[in-house]
Amino acid sequence: MSEKREMIKTEMLNKSFGDLHVLKDIDMKVLENDVVVLIGASGSGKSTLLRCLNFLEIKSSGKVILEDEEIDPKKEDLNKVRQRVGMVFQHFNLFPHKTVLGNVVEAPMMVKGVKKAQAIKEGKELLAKVGLADKANVYPSKLSGGQKQRVAIARALAMKPDIMLFDEPTSALDPELVGEVLSTMKELAKEGMTMVVVTHEMGFAREVADWVVYMHDGRIVERGHPQDLFDNPQEKRTQDFLGSIL
Amino acid sequence: MPGFSHVINKFIQYFDVFIEAMFLTLKLTAASLLIAIVIGLFFALLKISRSKPLSLIADAYIGIVRGTPLIVQIFIFYFGLTEIVNISGFWAATWGLAFHNGAYIAEIFRGSIQSVDKGQSEAGRSLGMTRTLTMRRIILPQAFRRALPPLGNQFIIGLKDSSLAAFIGMPELFNIATTLGSANFDIMTYLLIVGVYYLVLVLLLTVLVNMIEKRMSVSD
Ligand SMILES: Nc1ncnc2c1ncn2[C@@H]1O[C@H](COP(=O)(O)OP(=O)(O)OP(=O)(O)O)[C@@H](O)[C@H]1O
Ligand SMILES: [Mg+2]
Repeated sequence: MSEKREMIKTEMLNKSFGDLHVLKDIDMKVLENDVVVLIGASGSGKSTLLRCLNFLEIKSSGKVILEDEEIDPKKEDLNKVRQRVGMVFQHFNLFPHKTVLGNVVEAPMMVKGVKKAQAIKEGKELLAKVGLADKANVYPSKLSGGQKQRVAIARALAMKPDIMLFDEPTSALDPELVGEVLSTMKELAKEGMTMVVVTHEMGFAREVADWVVYMHDGRIVERGHPQDLFDNPQEKRTQDFLGSIL
Repeated sequence: MPGFSHVINKFIQYFDVFIEAMFLTLKLTAASLLIAIVIGLFFALLKISRSKPLSLIADAYIGIVRGTPLIVQIFIFYFGLTEIVNISGFWAATWGLAFHNGAYIAEIFRGSIQSVDKGQSEAGRSLGMTRTLTMRRIILPQAFRRALPPLGNQFIIGLKDSSLAAFIGMPELFNIATTLGSANFDIMTYLLIVGVYYLVLVLLLTVLVNMIEKRMSVSD
Protein backbone atom coordinates (compact mmCIF):
# COMPACT_ATOMS: atom_id res chain seq x y z
CA MET A 1 0.00 0.00 0.00
CA SER A 2 1.28 3.40 -0.90
CA GLU A 3 1.77 5.90 1.85
CA LYS A 4 -0.89 8.55 2.33
CA ARG A 5 -0.19 12.03 1.02
CA GLU A 6 0.43 14.88 3.43
CA MET A 7 -2.40 17.30 2.73
CA ILE A 8 -1.46 19.89 5.34
CA LYS A 9 1.77 20.38 7.13
CA THR A 10 2.98 23.26 9.25
CA GLU A 11 6.51 23.74 10.48
CA MET A 12 7.29 26.08 13.34
CA LEU A 13 4.21 28.09 12.50
CA ASN A 14 3.97 31.28 14.56
CA LYS A 15 1.39 34.01 14.50
CA SER A 16 1.27 37.24 16.44
CA PHE A 17 -1.24 40.06 16.50
CA GLY A 18 0.94 42.98 17.48
CA ASP A 19 2.42 42.03 20.83
CA LEU A 20 0.04 39.13 21.31
CA HIS A 21 1.76 35.87 20.42
CA VAL A 22 -1.15 33.61 19.52
CA LEU A 23 0.38 30.57 17.78
CA LYS A 24 3.66 29.20 19.03
CA ASP A 25 5.81 26.78 17.04
CA ILE A 26 2.93 24.79 15.64
CA ASP A 27 4.03 21.59 13.91
CA MET A 28 1.13 19.67 12.55
CA LYS A 29 0.43 17.22 9.81
CA VAL A 30 -2.84 16.12 8.26
CA LEU A 31 -2.78 13.11 5.96
CA GLU A 32 -5.13 12.49 3.09
CA ASN A 33 -8.60 11.26 4.18
CA ASP A 34 -7.82 12.01 7.81
CA VAL A 35 -10.09 13.85 10.19
CA VAL A 36 -8.27 15.91 12.78
CA VAL A 37 -10.23 17.42 15.64
CA LEU A 38 -8.75 20.45 17.39
CA ILE A 39 -9.77 21.03 20.98
CA GLY A 40 -8.71 23.56 23.56
CA ALA A 41 -9.95 26.36 25.78
CA SER A 42 -11.31 29.61 24.46
CA GLY A 43 -8.48 31.83 23.28
CA SER A 44 -6.02 28.98 22.86
CA GLY A 45 -5.63 29.80 19.15
CA LYS A 46 -7.75 27.16 17.43
CA SER A 47 -9.51 29.55 15.09
CA THR A 48 -6.31 31.39 14.32
CA LEU A 49 -4.63 28.12 13.37
CA LEU A 50 -7.46 27.21 10.99
CA ARG A 51 -7.40 30.69 9.49
CA CYS A 52 -3.67 30.42 8.89
CA LEU A 53 -4.29 27.20 6.98
CA ASN A 54 -6.43 28.95 4.37
CA PHE A 55 -4.58 32.25 4.64
CA LEU A 56 -7.42 34.34 6.01
CA GLU A 57 -4.62 35.16 8.42
CA ILE A 58 -1.04 35.30 7.27
CA LYS A 59 1.51 33.56 9.46
CA SER A 60 4.18 35.64 11.16
CA SER A 61 6.84 32.97 10.63
CA GLY A 62 7.24 29.28 9.87
CA LYS A 63 5.88 27.24 7.01
CA VAL A 64 2.48 26.23 5.75
CA ILE A 65 2.73 23.36 3.30
CA LEU A 66 -0.33 22.24 1.36
CA GLU A 67 -0.13 19.02 -0.63
CA ASP A 68 3.67 19.04 -0.57
CA GLU A 69 3.91 22.62 -1.75
CA GLU A 70 5.09 25.34 0.57
CA ILE A 71 2.79 28.32 0.23
CA ASP A 72 4.59 31.65 0.27
CA PRO A 73 1.89 34.30 0.74
CA LYS A 74 4.05 36.88 -0.98
CA LYS A 75 4.50 34.91 -4.17
CA GLU A 76 1.47 32.69 -4.36
CA ASP A 77 -1.97 33.73 -5.59
CA LEU A 78 -3.79 33.06 -2.32
CA ASN A 79 -7.17 33.18 -4.03
CA LYS A 80 -6.14 30.07 -5.96
CA VAL A 81 -4.91 28.41 -2.78
CA ARG A 82 -8.16 29.12 -0.96
CA GLN A 83 -10.11 27.37 -3.71
CA ARG A 84 -8.49 24.15 -2.52
CA VAL A 85 -9.29 24.70 1.15
CA GLY A 86 -12.97 24.99 2.03
CA MET A 87 -14.05 26.64 5.26
CA VAL A 88 -17.19 26.40 7.36
CA PHE A 89 -17.76 29.07 9.99
CA GLN A 90 -19.46 29.06 13.36
CA HIS A 91 -21.97 31.68 12.22
CA PHE A 92 -22.57 30.17 8.75
CA ASN A 93 -21.92 33.46 6.93
CA LEU A 94 -24.38 32.61 4.17
CA PHE A 95 -24.98 35.38 1.64
CA PRO A 96 -28.39 36.74 2.70
CA HIS A 97 -29.13 38.39 -0.64
CA LYS A 98 -28.82 35.14 -2.55
CA THR A 99 -31.02 32.07 -2.51
CA VAL A 100 -29.72 28.80 -1.14
CA LEU A 101 -28.82 27.64 -4.64
CA GLY A 102 -27.42 31.10 -5.40
CA ASN A 103 -25.09 30.73 -2.43
CA VAL A 104 -23.87 27.40 -3.70
CA VAL A 105 -23.29 28.33 -7.36
CA GLU A 106 -21.79 31.77 -6.71
CA ALA A 107 -18.13 30.80 -6.38
CA PRO A 108 -18.01 28.04 -9.01
CA MET A 109 -19.52 30.41 -11.57
CA MET A 110 -17.71 33.62 -10.63
CA VAL A 111 -14.35 32.16 -9.64
CA LYS A 112 -13.95 29.06 -11.74
CA GLY A 113 -16.12 30.16 -14.63
CA VAL A 114 -18.31 27.06 -14.50
CA LYS A 115 -21.23 27.40 -16.91
CA LYS A 116 -24.56 28.24 -15.32
CA ALA A 117 -26.37 25.03 -16.26
CA GLN A 118 -23.49 22.92 -15.01
CA ALA A 119 -23.16 24.90 -11.77
CA ILE A 120 -26.87 24.57 -11.10
CA LYS A 121 -26.82 20.86 -11.77
CA GLU A 122 -23.89 20.30 -9.43
CA GLY A 123 -25.32 22.73 -6.87
CA LYS A 124 -28.59 20.82 -6.75
CA GLU A 125 -26.75 17.54 -6.31
CA LEU A 126 -24.83 19.01 -3.38
CA LEU A 127 -28.02 20.33 -1.83
CA ALA A 128 -29.58 16.89 -2.19
CA LYS A 129 -26.53 15.44 -0.53
CA VAL A 130 -26.93 17.67 2.53
CA GLY A 131 -30.66 16.96 2.52
CA LEU A 132 -31.86 20.35 1.34
CA ALA A 133 -32.92 19.73 -2.26
CA ASP A 134 -36.31 21.29 -1.52
CA LYS A 135 -34.81 24.52 -0.22
CA ALA A 136 -32.88 25.50 -3.36
CA ASN A 137 -34.95 28.59 -4.06
CA VAL A 138 -35.55 29.98 -0.59
CA TYR A 139 -33.48 32.68 1.04
CA PRO A 140 -31.22 31.82 4.00
CA SER A 141 -33.34 33.89 6.41
CA LYS A 142 -36.06 31.25 6.06
CA LEU A 143 -33.83 28.41 7.23
CA SER A 144 -33.09 26.99 10.68
CA GLY A 145 -29.53 27.19 11.97
CA GLY A 146 -28.88 23.56 11.17
CA GLN A 147 -30.14 24.01 7.61
CA LYS A 148 -28.02 27.13 7.20
CA GLN A 149 -24.92 25.28 8.26
CA ARG A 150 -25.63 22.45 5.86
CA VAL A 151 -25.99 24.99 3.05
CA ALA A 152 -22.66 26.47 4.10
CA ILE A 153 -21.10 23.03 3.84
CA ALA A 154 -22.60 22.52 0.38
CA ARG A 155 -21.36 25.97 -0.64
CA ALA A 156 -17.80 25.11 0.38
CA LEU A 157 -17.98 21.69 -1.31
CA ALA A 158 -19.12 23.32 -4.55
CA MET A 159 -15.55 24.48 -5.10
CA LYS A 160 -14.42 20.85 -4.91
CA PRO A 161 -11.82 21.54 -2.24
CA ASP A 162 -9.19 19.00 -1.28
CA ILE A 163 -9.40 19.98 2.37
CA MET A 164 -12.27 21.19 4.55
CA LEU A 165 -11.85 23.30 7.67
CA PHE A 166 -14.66 23.59 10.21
CA ASP A 167 -14.52 26.23 12.94
CA GLU A 168 -17.01 25.26 15.65
CA PRO A 169 -19.67 24.44 13.09
CA THR A 170 -22.29 23.51 15.69
CA SER A 171 -21.54 26.00 18.47
CA ALA A 172 -24.17 28.50 17.35
CA LEU A 173 -26.90 25.87 17.02
CA ASP A 174 -29.74 24.92 19.30
CA PRO A 175 -28.94 21.51 20.80
CA GLU A 176 -31.62 19.71 18.80
CA LEU A 177 -30.06 20.93 15.51
CA VAL A 178 -26.51 19.83 16.23
CA GLY A 179 -27.09 16.23 15.14
CA GLU A 180 -28.08 16.97 11.54
CA VAL A 181 -24.91 18.99 10.94
CA LEU A 182 -22.67 16.40 12.58
CA SER A 183 -24.16 13.61 10.50
CA THR A 184 -23.53 15.60 7.32
CA MET A 185 -19.93 15.96 8.45
CA LYS A 186 -19.66 12.28 9.30
CA GLU A 187 -20.84 11.38 5.84
CA LEU A 188 -18.23 13.67 4.36
CA ALA A 189 -15.56 12.01 6.48
CA LYS A 190 -16.73 8.61 5.31
CA GLU A 191 -16.32 9.70 1.71
CA GLY A 192 -12.70 10.38 2.49
CA MET A 193 -12.65 14.15 2.76
CA THR A 194 -9.59 15.49 4.57
CA MET A 195 -10.95 17.55 7.44
CA VAL A 196 -9.73 19.73 10.29
CA VAL A 197 -12.50 20.39 12.78
CA VAL A 198 -12.56 22.67 15.79
CA THR A 199 -15.36 21.44 18.00
CA HIS A 200 -16.50 20.82 21.53
CA GLU A 201 -18.50 17.77 20.42
CA MET A 202 -16.43 15.06 22.05
CA GLY A 203 -18.82 12.35 20.85
CA PHE A 204 -18.11 13.37 17.27
CA ALA A 205 -14.38 13.44 17.94
CA ARG A 206 -14.45 9.94 19.43
CA GLU A 207 -16.46 8.53 16.58
CA VAL A 208 -14.97 10.27 13.56
CA ALA A 209 -11.55 11.68 14.36
CA ASP A 210 -8.39 9.89 13.37
CA TRP A 211 -6.42 12.30 15.50
CA VAL A 212 -7.30 14.67 18.29
CA VAL A 213 -5.05 17.64 18.93
CA TYR A 214 -5.21 19.54 22.20
CA MET A 215 -4.10 23.17 22.14
CA HIS A 216 -3.31 25.33 25.10
CA ASP A 217 -2.12 28.91 25.04
CA GLY A 218 -1.05 28.80 21.39
CA ARG A 219 0.80 25.51 21.58
CA ILE A 220 -0.05 21.96 20.67
CA VAL A 221 0.25 20.24 24.03
CA GLU A 222 -0.80 16.74 23.13
CA ARG A 223 -2.10 14.72 20.21
CA GLY A 224 -3.27 11.19 19.84
CA HIS A 225 -5.97 8.85 18.65
CA PRO A 226 -9.25 9.75 20.30
CA GLN A 227 -9.39 6.74 22.64
CA ASP A 228 -5.84 7.37 23.84
CA LEU A 229 -6.19 11.10 24.27
CA PHE A 230 -9.61 11.04 25.88
CA ASP A 231 -9.18 7.96 28.08
CA ASN A 232 -5.53 8.22 28.90
CA PRO A 233 -4.24 11.76 28.51
CA GLN A 234 -0.55 12.07 29.29
CA GLU A 235 -0.25 15.77 30.03
CA LYS A 236 -1.59 17.39 33.17
CA ARG A 237 -3.05 20.29 31.22
CA THR A 238 -4.94 17.91 28.93
CA GLN A 239 -6.30 16.06 31.94
CA ASP A 240 -7.46 19.33 33.51
CA PHE A 241 -9.08 20.48 30.29
CA LEU A 242 -10.89 17.21 29.69
CA GLY A 243 -11.93 17.13 33.34
CA SER A 244 -13.43 20.59 32.99
CA ILE A 245 -15.57 19.79 29.95
CA LEU A 246 -16.63 16.17 30.37
CA MET B 1 -50.58 87.58 4.23
CA PRO B 2 -52.26 86.92 0.88
CA GLY B 3 -55.76 85.46 1.00
CA PHE B 4 -56.35 81.79 0.29
CA SER B 5 -58.39 82.33 -2.86
CA HIS B 6 -55.78 84.76 -4.18
CA VAL B 7 -53.07 82.13 -3.80
CA ILE B 8 -55.26 79.53 -5.51
CA ASN B 9 -55.94 81.95 -8.37
CA LYS B 10 -52.24 82.60 -8.93
CA PHE B 11 -51.52 78.89 -8.61
CA ILE B 12 -53.91 78.21 -11.48
CA GLN B 13 -52.85 81.25 -13.52
CA TYR B 14 -49.16 80.31 -13.43
CA PHE B 15 -49.62 76.55 -13.47
CA ASP B 16 -47.81 76.08 -16.83
CA VAL B 17 -44.90 78.26 -15.76
CA PHE B 18 -44.41 76.39 -12.50
CA ILE B 19 -44.75 72.99 -14.14
CA GLU B 20 -42.05 73.90 -16.60
CA ALA B 21 -39.83 75.10 -13.76
CA MET B 22 -40.62 71.93 -11.85
CA PHE B 23 -39.30 69.83 -14.71
CA LEU B 24 -36.09 71.80 -14.66
CA THR B 25 -35.83 71.22 -10.90
CA LEU B 26 -36.39 67.52 -11.46
CA LYS B 27 -33.80 67.38 -14.25
CA LEU B 28 -31.24 69.18 -12.11
CA THR B 29 -31.96 66.90 -9.18
CA ALA B 30 -31.95 63.66 -11.14
CA ALA B 31 -28.80 64.45 -13.13
CA SER B 32 -26.87 65.71 -10.12
CA LEU B 33 -27.90 62.82 -7.88
CA LEU B 34 -27.05 60.20 -10.49
CA ILE B 35 -23.59 61.67 -10.87
CA ALA B 36 -23.35 62.03 -7.08
CA ILE B 37 -24.06 58.32 -6.61
CA VAL B 38 -21.14 57.44 -8.88
CA ILE B 39 -18.87 59.98 -7.18
CA GLY B 40 -20.06 58.81 -3.78
CA LEU B 41 -19.39 55.15 -4.47
CA PHE B 42 -15.97 56.00 -5.88
CA PHE B 43 -14.91 58.02 -2.84
CA ALA B 44 -16.43 55.53 -0.41
CA LEU B 45 -14.21 52.83 -1.94
CA LEU B 46 -11.21 55.17 -1.77
CA LYS B 47 -11.96 55.90 1.83
CA ILE B 48 -12.06 52.25 2.88
CA SER B 49 -9.16 51.21 0.66
CA ARG B 50 -6.08 49.88 2.37
CA SER B 51 -4.01 52.66 0.84
CA LYS B 52 -3.50 55.56 3.21
CA PRO B 53 -2.99 58.21 0.49
CA LEU B 54 -6.19 57.17 -1.27
CA SER B 55 -8.22 57.35 1.90
CA LEU B 56 -6.68 60.75 2.65
CA ILE B 57 -7.85 61.98 -0.76
CA ALA B 58 -11.37 60.88 0.15
CA ASP B 59 -11.07 62.61 3.53
CA ALA B 60 -9.94 65.81 1.83
CA TYR B 61 -12.85 65.79 -0.62
CA ILE B 62 -15.43 65.12 2.07
CA GLY B 63 -13.83 67.69 4.36
CA ILE B 64 -13.91 70.39 1.70
CA VAL B 65 -17.54 69.76 0.82
CA ARG B 66 -18.61 69.71 4.46
CA GLY B 67 -16.54 72.72 5.36
CA THR B 68 -17.85 75.14 2.75
CA PRO B 69 -21.35 76.41 1.95
CA LEU B 70 -23.14 74.81 -0.97
CA ILE B 71 -23.80 78.20 -2.54
CA VAL B 72 -20.05 78.88 -2.60
CA GLN B 73 -19.46 75.50 -4.26
CA ILE B 74 -22.10 76.17 -6.90
CA PHE B 75 -20.65 79.62 -7.63
CA ILE B 76 -17.14 78.19 -7.92
CA PHE B 77 -18.35 75.54 -10.35
CA TYR B 78 -20.34 78.11 -12.31
CA PHE B 79 -17.72 80.83 -12.58
CA GLY B 80 -14.79 78.43 -12.58
CA LEU B 81 -16.09 75.96 -15.12
CA THR B 82 -17.59 78.50 -17.50
CA GLU B 83 -14.23 80.23 -17.52
CA ILE B 84 -12.20 77.20 -18.60
CA VAL B 85 -14.68 75.14 -20.62
CA ASN B 86 -17.73 75.88 -22.66
CA ILE B 87 -20.40 74.62 -20.31
CA SER B 88 -24.03 75.60 -19.87
CA GLY B 89 -25.39 76.97 -16.61
CA PHE B 90 -27.42 73.78 -16.29
CA TRP B 91 -24.36 71.56 -16.31
CA ALA B 92 -22.39 73.87 -14.05
CA ALA B 93 -25.22 73.71 -11.52
CA THR B 94 -25.56 69.96 -11.99
CA TRP B 95 -21.88 69.35 -11.38
CA GLY B 96 -21.85 71.70 -8.42
CA LEU B 97 -24.75 69.87 -6.83
CA ALA B 98 -23.24 66.48 -7.72
CA PHE B 99 -19.91 67.47 -6.18
CA HIS B 100 -21.73 68.46 -3.01
CA ASN B 101 -24.11 65.51 -2.68
CA GLY B 102 -21.35 63.08 -3.68
CA ALA B 103 -19.51 63.71 -0.43
CA TYR B 104 -22.54 62.97 1.72
CA ILE B 105 -23.39 59.92 -0.37
CA ALA B 106 -19.78 58.72 -0.03
CA GLU B 107 -20.20 58.80 3.74
CA ILE B 108 -23.49 56.93 3.47
CA PHE B 109 -21.93 54.20 1.31
CA ARG B 110 -18.86 53.98 3.51
CA GLY B 111 -21.04 53.46 6.56
CA SER B 112 -23.23 50.86 4.89
CA ILE B 113 -20.27 48.95 3.46
CA GLN B 114 -18.62 48.85 6.86
CA SER B 115 -21.85 47.75 8.49
CA VAL B 116 -21.86 44.50 6.51
CA ASP B 117 -20.67 41.70 8.79
CA LYS B 118 -17.00 40.85 8.38
CA GLY B 119 -17.99 37.21 8.10
CA GLN B 120 -19.46 37.97 4.69
CA SER B 121 -16.19 38.97 3.14
CA GLU B 122 -14.41 36.11 4.92
CA ALA B 123 -16.89 33.67 3.44
CA GLY B 124 -16.30 35.14 -0.01
CA ARG B 125 -12.53 35.09 0.37
CA SER B 126 -12.56 31.54 1.74
CA LEU B 127 -14.27 30.44 -1.48
CA GLY B 128 -11.39 31.82 -3.49
CA MET B 129 -13.07 35.06 -4.53
CA THR B 130 -10.76 38.04 -4.98
CA ARG B 131 -11.17 41.18 -2.90
CA THR B 132 -12.76 42.98 -5.83
CA LEU B 133 -15.13 40.18 -6.67
CA THR B 134 -16.16 39.84 -3.03
CA MET B 135 -16.83 43.57 -2.88
CA ARG B 136 -18.87 43.56 -6.08
CA ARG B 137 -20.88 40.37 -5.60
CA ILE B 138 -21.19 40.02 -1.83
CA ILE B 139 -20.63 43.29 0.02
CA LEU B 140 -22.01 46.01 -2.26
CA PRO B 141 -25.41 44.40 -2.90
CA GLN B 142 -25.96 44.20 0.85
CA ALA B 143 -24.51 47.65 1.42
CA PHE B 144 -26.79 49.27 -1.20
CA ARG B 145 -29.80 47.82 0.50
CA ARG B 146 -28.75 49.25 3.83
CA ALA B 147 -27.87 52.57 2.25
CA LEU B 148 -31.36 53.10 0.86
CA PRO B 149 -33.00 54.83 3.84
CA PRO B 150 -30.18 57.38 4.34
CA LEU B 151 -29.85 57.73 0.56
CA GLY B 152 -33.54 58.57 0.32
CA ASN B 153 -32.97 61.22 2.94
CA GLN B 154 -30.04 62.64 0.98
CA PHE B 155 -32.13 62.64 -2.23
CA ILE B 156 -34.70 64.80 -0.45
CA ILE B 157 -32.00 67.19 0.70
CA GLY B 158 -30.57 67.20 -2.83
CA LEU B 159 -33.96 68.02 -4.32
CA LYS B 160 -34.48 70.96 -1.98
CA ASP B 161 -30.90 72.18 -2.37
CA SER B 162 -31.31 72.35 -6.13
CA SER B 163 -33.16 75.61 -5.40
CA LEU B 164 -29.75 77.25 -4.99
CA ALA B 165 -29.28 76.91 -8.76
CA ALA B 166 -31.59 79.92 -8.91
CA PHE B 167 -28.62 82.08 -7.97
CA ILE B 168 -26.79 81.22 -11.15
CA GLY B 169 -29.86 82.00 -13.20
CA MET B 170 -31.45 78.58 -13.65
CA PRO B 171 -35.20 79.16 -14.14
CA GLU B 172 -36.11 76.37 -11.74
CA LEU B 173 -38.91 76.45 -9.18
CA PHE B 174 -37.45 78.81 -6.62
CA ASN B 175 -36.16 81.21 -9.26
CA ILE B 176 -39.59 81.39 -10.93
CA ALA B 177 -41.24 82.01 -7.58
CA THR B 178 -38.99 84.91 -6.65
CA THR B 179 -39.08 86.37 -10.16
CA LEU B 180 -42.87 86.34 -10.30
CA GLY B 181 -43.05 87.55 -6.72
CA SER B 182 -40.93 90.61 -7.21
CA ALA B 183 -42.42 91.44 -10.60
CA ASN B 184 -45.87 91.50 -9.02
CA PHE B 185 -44.80 92.92 -5.62
CA ASP B 186 -46.44 89.81 -4.16
CA ILE B 187 -43.55 87.62 -3.02
CA MET B 188 -45.47 85.78 -0.28
CA THR B 189 -48.05 84.35 -2.66
CA TYR B 190 -45.44 82.78 -4.88
CA LEU B 191 -43.35 81.49 -2.00
CA LEU B 192 -46.42 79.69 -0.67
CA ILE B 193 -47.10 78.23 -4.09
CA VAL B 194 -43.54 77.06 -4.62
CA GLY B 195 -43.51 75.59 -1.10
CA VAL B 196 -46.42 73.38 -2.09
CA TYR B 197 -44.56 72.21 -5.19
CA TYR B 198 -41.53 71.21 -3.16
CA LEU B 199 -43.67 69.53 -0.55
CA VAL B 200 -45.46 67.41 -3.15
CA LEU B 201 -42.18 66.47 -4.86
CA VAL B 202 -40.65 65.42 -1.55
CA LEU B 203 -43.71 63.33 -0.74
CA LEU B 204 -43.55 61.60 -4.13
CA LEU B 205 -39.84 60.95 -3.69
CA THR B 206 -40.45 59.49 -0.24
CA VAL B 207 -43.09 57.14 -1.61
CA LEU B 208 -40.75 56.09 -4.42
CA VAL B 209 -37.87 55.34 -2.05
CA ASN B 210 -40.20 53.37 0.23
CA MET B 211 -41.38 51.30 -2.72
CA ILE B 212 -37.83 50.48 -3.77
CA GLU B 213 -36.95 49.59 -0.18
CA LYS B 214 -39.90 47.20 0.04
CA ARG B 215 -39.02 45.51 -3.23
CA MET B 216 -35.40 45.05 -2.21
CA SER B 217 -36.20 43.56 1.17
CA VAL B 218 -38.11 40.54 -0.14
CA SER B 219 -35.23 38.26 0.79
CA ASP B 220 -35.16 39.21 4.45
N1 LIG C 1 -7.54 39.60 14.41
C1 LIG C 1 -7.08 39.54 15.68
N2 LIG C 1 -6.45 40.60 16.22
C2 LIG C 1 -5.99 40.55 17.48
N3 LIG C 1 -6.09 39.50 18.28
C3 LIG C 1 -6.70 38.40 17.80
C4 LIG C 1 -7.24 38.37 16.48
N4 LIG C 1 -7.79 37.15 16.27
C5 LIG C 1 -7.61 36.47 17.41
N5 LIG C 1 -6.95 37.20 18.34
C6 LIG C 1 -6.57 36.77 19.68
O1 LIG C 1 -5.85 35.57 19.55
C7 LIG C 1 -6.16 34.69 20.61
C8 LIG C 1 -6.59 33.36 20.05
O2 LIG C 1 -7.83 33.54 19.42
P1 LIG C 1 -8.60 32.39 18.66
O3 LIG C 1 -9.83 32.99 18.13
O4 LIG C 1 -7.68 31.73 17.70
O5 LIG C 1 -8.91 31.40 19.84
P2 LIG C 1 -9.88 30.13 19.84
O6 LIG C 1 -9.09 29.02 20.40
O7 LIG C 1 -10.50 29.95 18.51
O8 LIG C 1 -10.96 30.55 20.91
P3 LIG C 1 -12.56 30.32 20.91
O9 LIG C 1 -12.78 28.94 21.46
O10 LIG C 1 -13.06 31.38 21.84
O11 LIG C 1 -13.05 30.48 19.52
C9 LIG C 1 -7.18 35.38 21.46
O12 LIG C 1 -6.54 35.97 22.55
C10 LIG C 1 -7.75 36.44 20.55
O13 LIG C 1 -8.17 37.54 21.29
MG1 LIG D 1 -12.44 30.13 17.76
